[in-house]
Amino acid sequence: MTYSTESLQRHTIEAMHRFSRTYVIAFAILLTLVIIGAIAWIHQIREGLIVTGMRDRITWGLYITLFVFFIGASMGGTFVSAALRLADMGWRAPISRGAEYITVAALLTASLFIFADMGRPERALNIMLFGRWESPLVWDVYGLTTYLAGSMVYLYLAVLPDLALVRDTIGEKLDPVRRLFVVMFSASWTGHPKQERALHISLQVMTVVIVPVAVMMHTVTSWIFGMTLREPWDSPMFGIYFVVGAVYSGVGLIAVFMFIMRKLNRLEAYITDRHFQNMGTLLAGSGGVMIFFQISDLVTAGFKLKTGAAFNLYQLADGAMSPIFWTYIWLGLIVPLALMLNPWTRTVLGVLIAAVLANVGMMLERYFIVIGGLRVPLNPYEPPNYAPTVTELLIVLGLCSFFVLVIMIMMKLAPAISVQEMLETGELETVEKELSTAEGAAS
Amino acid sequence: MNTEPDIKKEKEENLRKWEVSRRQMLKMMGGTAAASMAVAWLPNALRDDQPQDELVPAEALKDGDSERRLRQWMMIIDQRFCDGCQSQGTPPQCTEACNFGHFVPEPMQWIEVYEHEIHHDEGEVEALRASTAPPAEGSSFMPTPCMQCQNPPCVNVCPVGATWTTPEGITLIDQNRCIGCRMCMAACPYERRSFTWGEPPTHPATEFIEHSVEHQLPMKKGVVYKCDFCPEMARAGRLPFCASGCPNNAIYYGDLEEDIATNGDQVVRVSEFLTANSAYRHKEELGTRPRVYYIEGHGELVGRDPRNHGLAPVRWVDDENEHTDHWERSVE
Repeated sequence: MTYSTESLQRHTIEAMHRFSRTYVIAFAILLTLVIIGAIAWIHQIREGLIVTGMRDRITWGLYITLFVFFIGASMGGTFVSAALRLADMGWRAPISRGAEYITVAALLTASLFIFADMGRPERALNIMLFGRWESPLVWDVYGLTTYLAGSMVYLYLAVLPDLALVRDTIGEKLDPVRRLFVVMFSASWTGHPKQERALHISLQVMTVVIVPVAVMMHTVTSWIFGMTLREPWDSPMFGIYFVVGAVYSGVGLIAVFMFIMRKLNRLEAYITDRHFQNMGTLLAGSGGVMIFFQISDLVTAGFKLKTGAAFNLYQLADGAMSPIFWTYIWLGLIVPLALMLNPWTRTVLGVLIAAVLANVGMMLERYFIVIGGLRVPLNPYEPPNYAPTVTELLIVLGLCSFFVLVIMIMMKLAPAISVQEMLETGELETVEKELSTAEGAAS
Repeated sequence: MNTEPDIKKEKEENLRKWEVSRRQMLKMMGGTAAASMAVAWLPNALRDDQPQDELVPAEALKDGDSERRLRQWMMIIDQRFCDGCQSQGTPPQCTEACNFGHFVPEPMQWIEVYEHEIHHDEGEVEALRASTAPPAEGSSFMPTPCMQCQNPPCVNVCPVGATWTTPEGITLIDQNRCIGCRMCMAACPYERRSFTWGEPPTHPATEFIEHSVEHQLPMKKGVVYKCDFCPEMARAGRLPFCASGCPNNAIYYGDLEEDIATNGDQVVRVSEFLTANSAYRHKEELGTRPRVYYIEGHGELVGRDPRNHGLAPVRWVDDENEHTDHWERSVE
């Protein structure tokens, strides 16, 4: 069995063309959840945010938590696809396409979470009309739109040759909608050397541009909190803390995505154990830095015990936030790091477990940052509590399903593995060599 | 028929085409840059400037032109006179007067009375109780309206300029522009902002009022409200609802420019009064520079025992009758 360019093309294009039963069922379930979420959202718009668990003391809840989480999730995509391209790491080739999908889908979902949180979503345009450049929220909105546009351009540049490939191979066999899409967006790409050169330069430029834009985005998101006078948020460390957290959860999300995609499309030959091990190393690295920041945050606040910070630390250690905090510390940080540092557990399954835990952990971390921060009383009263309502949970579930759905749709519009990049980076040869050695060892 | 020079010529032509298109590209980029700059400038062009009432500071005033004097509204809350209305046996009357005067819907309190332990730290109080030594334990009351900061964190974070500080030093909210993001509520270190989470109840008397940022009526869903410092009342020469509602005259309202304030009973010279009573501002260390000053105390000048804890729960407008009753009582 040989794994040539042709077989890679056949594999990925077949995976794109075929609708398996799992895919259809998953699609139907997710679509139902999105529709239920949309109905819940309409209910929320009619009744006002009274249908959520948020009130005057705790003014931000799950929506902002998940907004921050999805902004973080988008970082992984940029990190794996663009930062590793800058570092010229070939092993990114089979996963960079998926990573770019995750970036775009996560940013779209994050922007919807902002809308879900607004008391007056119909006035969103006011940000453009009356935007004040002094406001961190305006930085965030312009940052998000820049980042979204940039990553869409980046994704498009990367996918362009593959779209042309699809057009040239199975263009005729595709359904009319997808045929129109592929023909329109492959934009008379012929693979002419001049086109190749233009594309290469544009990709280089976009790679250099998109990494700082991503870092900016996560910093600015943290500044929504960091620019207030509330005790646990009022920290100059917040920017980098959020960036590292974003890399950690983002890399984890890509590992989960890789695993599912590999299973569904039978791409074991191209996404090998080595790719998972590399992802595991990335997880261990970012997780380690995350632990470092967590310690510096807790220790510098805990040593001095200023009133608000002390309240926050007590609520994390053994107060209302303690189950979330300790789950995060143990299952979200220590266990994944231990799994990934130990070579015996740095297997496909191990990486999957660590990645899932890292994401659950980071979601919990965002939760206790947002809600825990707002819980710290600024006046003498009993600390308030927050619990999401059913409507809120349905909207959140709907938007999370939307995220997966967007990726699933994108998966069927272009090959899941970038054929172009596989050839360019020589990763295809490496994979082939790996496979032949394995076969040789087996026989 | 393609001979070699022909191909060369064609190539050159192609190249030339490429160059022309690049020039066009540059033009387009220039155009885009100009357009995006225009878009960036657009908000400034569209922003309808707040009406400047042509008020001028005192030093620029000609004699006898005091109508145009630019006031700098401020408030002094004398905690020595505040017993949380325990002696009246009623809920705090400043809050009630404000609620009734502004039709504040439940559960908002634009001016909220907080009860502080005089020994602030709960843990410390526990320790003191456990010991045999009897350092006085007790509480003081702190009525908190919007602090009208001169470095207002809420204004600094608002993405749409829906909250701003007027030349008179009052921070107001335009509920017609507010997008309901609640960034200002997260930013306010005094928690003086409230959100209309649901459709707010509309009092019949407010239904046909034209919306103004100075009285914030009629109320809308999904936007932010707070104490507006009653600028309309001040202009009409009356005290804010809270100041006139206070039975102990603990709340002074005045003008920093003219250096004068009154609680309805007596008039004080602000600079002198503040210094003589070592007034402070709430959370001074945050650098928000509030326009609300406090004089520390626990109601001792109206004979309150600080060990007498507890406030009666606040009431809101329920129906027209109750509203009239309370309003009349609190004015008299």
